[in-house]
Amino acid sequence: MSIFEYNGSAVVAMVGKNCFAIASDRRLGVNLQTIATDFQRIFKIHDKLYIGLSGLATDVQTLYQRLVFRHKLYQLREERDMKPQTFASLVSAVLYEKRFGPYFCMPVIAGLGEDDVPFICTMDCIGAKELAKDFVVSGTASESLYGACESMYKPNMEPEELFETISQALLSSVDRDCLSGWGGHVLLVTPTEVQERTLKSRMD
Amino acid sequence: MGDSQYSFSLTTFSPSGKLVQIEHALTAVGSGQTSLGIKASNGVVIATEKKLPSILVDETSVQKIQLMTTNIGVVYSGMGPDSRVLVRKSRKQAQQYFRLYKEAIPVTQLVRETAAVMQEFTQSGGVRPFGVSLLIAGYDDNGPQLYQVDPSGSYFSWKASAMGKNVSNAKTFLEKRYTEDMELDDAVHTAILTLKEGFQGQISGKNIEIGIIGADRKFRVLTPAEIDDYLAEVE
Repeated sequence: MSIFEYNGSAVVAMVGKNCFAIASDRRLGVNLQTIATDFQRIFKIHDKLYIGLSGLATDVQTLYQRLVFRHKLYQLREERDMKPQTFASLVSAVLYEKRFGPYFCMPVIAGLGEDDVPFICTMDCIGAKELAKDFVVSGTASESLYGACESMYKPNMEPEELFETISQALLSSVDRDCLSGWGGHVLLVTPTEVQERTLKSRMD
Repeated sequence: MGDSQYSFSLTTFSPSGKLVQIEHALTAVGSGQTSLGIKASNGVVIATEKKLPSILVDETSVQKIQLMTTNIGVVYSGMGPDSRVLVRKSRKQAQQYFRLYKEAIPVTQLVRETAAVMQEFTQSGGVRPFGVSLLIAGYDDNGPQLYQVDPSGSYFSWKASAMGKNVSNAKTFLEKRYTEDMELDDAVHTAILTLKEGFQGQISGKNIEIGIIGADRKFRVLTPAEIDDYLAEVE
């Protein structure tokens, strides 16, 4: 049984018109037992940059703490927020530092870059970046998520439509995966506001 | 002088609150060849005298102005070999930054790191301070910038500055001539005139060095032919 499937997770990010959405499931399990239904997998780095981490829960939390630490120092030194592309390079470097004893996490990074152009990317647990223009997925439900996103995604969706699409993609995928689910958490980020919503779903 | 009793060890303060070695380092800088920098509205120019010890020296092999990154250049006054060590360390730091963030290092960050290196050498055992002051010129997202870094590790941002032998005359000249909306070409002319003020002998493209960076963000050292053209314009 893979270490990536110990806790179960599902994270997805999608690009819309001048906005992006990032969503995750809420289950925290220990093998087949569910022990929490409010586990946070998506974290804010700054107002226009979010990171979702799937995989082993302890590494999710530790990696998030390390990245926030790095970003806060960067903010103090350079007196500015990190651009999403720069942050992605940083995450890749941090993960590769542990090449032979890695963090068992697959990050999904989503942000609004210069001129509020949406940026998403994912990487494997040792920092191989994968940039995408439409959507990125990660977690135990990733195969279902790929299928659902591929069929439901359209480019240049407005925020409301993007929210619907990403929610449907997430819910239908986690329903096919026993290790993720128990609700959903969606963040929709536009240049002017952030909408955070919790989804009700099948609690199994 | 009571201070001289404390000048043996770099890492000991004298009773007057000074680190005497740093004072001496600044003296070394002050007896070095004049160099100066001017920040224009659309770029930065740095320049220095290039007086060689003998006419037999191949002046094309000597380059005092060097690149730290493609968009940041540096000139020094003081001990040449010390400046080479600093340039080498700064280049490495700039590349390490790029490896981590895949982004070119901002000028302020590189200046800060260089200054930190210079400060380290004022607080460690068995080393001496660097006998150079650097003028770092760069162009990044915050526009054109000019910084001076001293042997103590303190750094300042300047609109125009000079260092080395003729520093007080040069600074007075710059204070009179500097305007906020100067363009890069005017700045080069002003730099040449300032160097000319204290120059002993005939100034030419072969015994001064000029480096410029404009909005294209590419730092480059002018060829002797280009310098001669500017000199002709100034006459």
